[in-house]
Amino acid sequence: MRCNKCPQKSVFSLQHGDLCRNHFIDYFEDKVFKTINKFQLIGRNEKLCVAVSGGKDSLTVLYLTKKYLEKNSIPANNLLALAVDEGIDQYREKTLVDLRKFCQEHNVPLTIVSFEQELGKTLDKAYPIINQDANKKPCNVCGVWRRYLLNKHAKKMGAGKVITGHNLDDEAQAIMMNMFKANTTLAARLGPISGVQEHDLFIQRVKPLYFCAEKEVRLYALLKHFQIEFTECPYSKEGYRHHIQEMLNDFEHKYKGTKQGIVNSFLAMLPLLQNQEKLSLPTIQQCSRCREASNKDICNACVMKETIQNV
Amino acid sequence: MHLEIFNEREGSTILIEFAGSKVKDLLDHLKLNPEAFLVVRNNEVVTEEEILQDQDKVELLSVISGG
Repeated sequence: MRCNKCPQKSVFSLQHGDLCRNHFIDYFEDKVFKTINKFQLIGRNEKLCVAVSGGKDSLTVLYLTKKYLEKNSIPANNLLALAVDEGIDQYREKTLVDLRKFCQEHNVPLTIVSFEQELGKTLDKAYPIINQDANKKPCNVCGVWRRYLLNKHAKKMGAGKVITGHNLDDEAQAIMMNMFKANTTLAARLGPISGVQEHDLFIQRVKPLYFCAEKEVRLYALLKHFQIEFTECPYSKEGYRHHIQEMLNDFEHKYKGTKQGIVNSFLAMLPLLQNQEKLSLPTIQQCSRCREASNKDICNACVMKETIQNV
Repeated sequence: MHLEIFNEREGSTILIEFAGSKVKDLLDHLKLNPEAFLVVRNNEVVTEEEILQDQDKVELLSVISGG
């Protein structure tokens, strides 16, 4: 098969034609930069904190954020990388090796914070204790603590935005998960810019890879020769998301454009959803323990932390 | 034709005898969803329509990673 734009061999098939290596890279980068511009994800004078793990999504978004800054003559010294080490045996330490190397090569300062240092235990040790009294899977504990540490440390660094590597597949999965569970409150927080309300205690999270399929991100990382060792979180198959992911991949294979359709329909409904949620938003207050944002006296991260300490 | 198949997700290499011709036939034969894999043939990324040749070395790279 040949590229639709030149005589080179194609590496990727889109719904409207095939692309060779160079034209795929152009197409992908153009899509990311258009997303940043359309949703105004990056401001000219703000410090940017990229949430990184060392996987394909975060390395790609870090690389392209830097490229975007350079292309638009925005000082790249405003760019920082922040990683969270959850403490998952045989998993995170591998991706952190690639991450350290990547940040060094691309001259981006990297900060690594860990569950163990900040919350007292690794995820491996914490979640069986937390699960004794509540039916929480590791992913729920991990999600609460990761978001907590990212927000806390991005704020500490003076960042105006946290940039994440969430892609089209992640978003389509999250939309369907919230739909199936009738969780309109969580659904209203999705979109290329996370969150329903702005608040000094929250750093906005933005998603430049919002319209990039996971397969496209993997191909981009491969064609750009990013050093990424294949790793998969050992807990990922225990989560609800995994079943939704398989279902959507089956649908996408049979009906091309399914994931894009889900996200586009959702974006059309999002303003209505956000307006509805704004009416019933709880007042944001400071957690009485850690002084971070919370909608209760004690935030979820501290509740989990105290459960561990009380054992 | 005979193919050498490396599956990144499983970390295993197998030799198979394959009666089909295209990459998409191979994925179908192995019961793998093309949405979840990129295919590299003799160190070159190929699309599902690519026709395979005898003795090709095929790498199946997992699109899904992380957690």
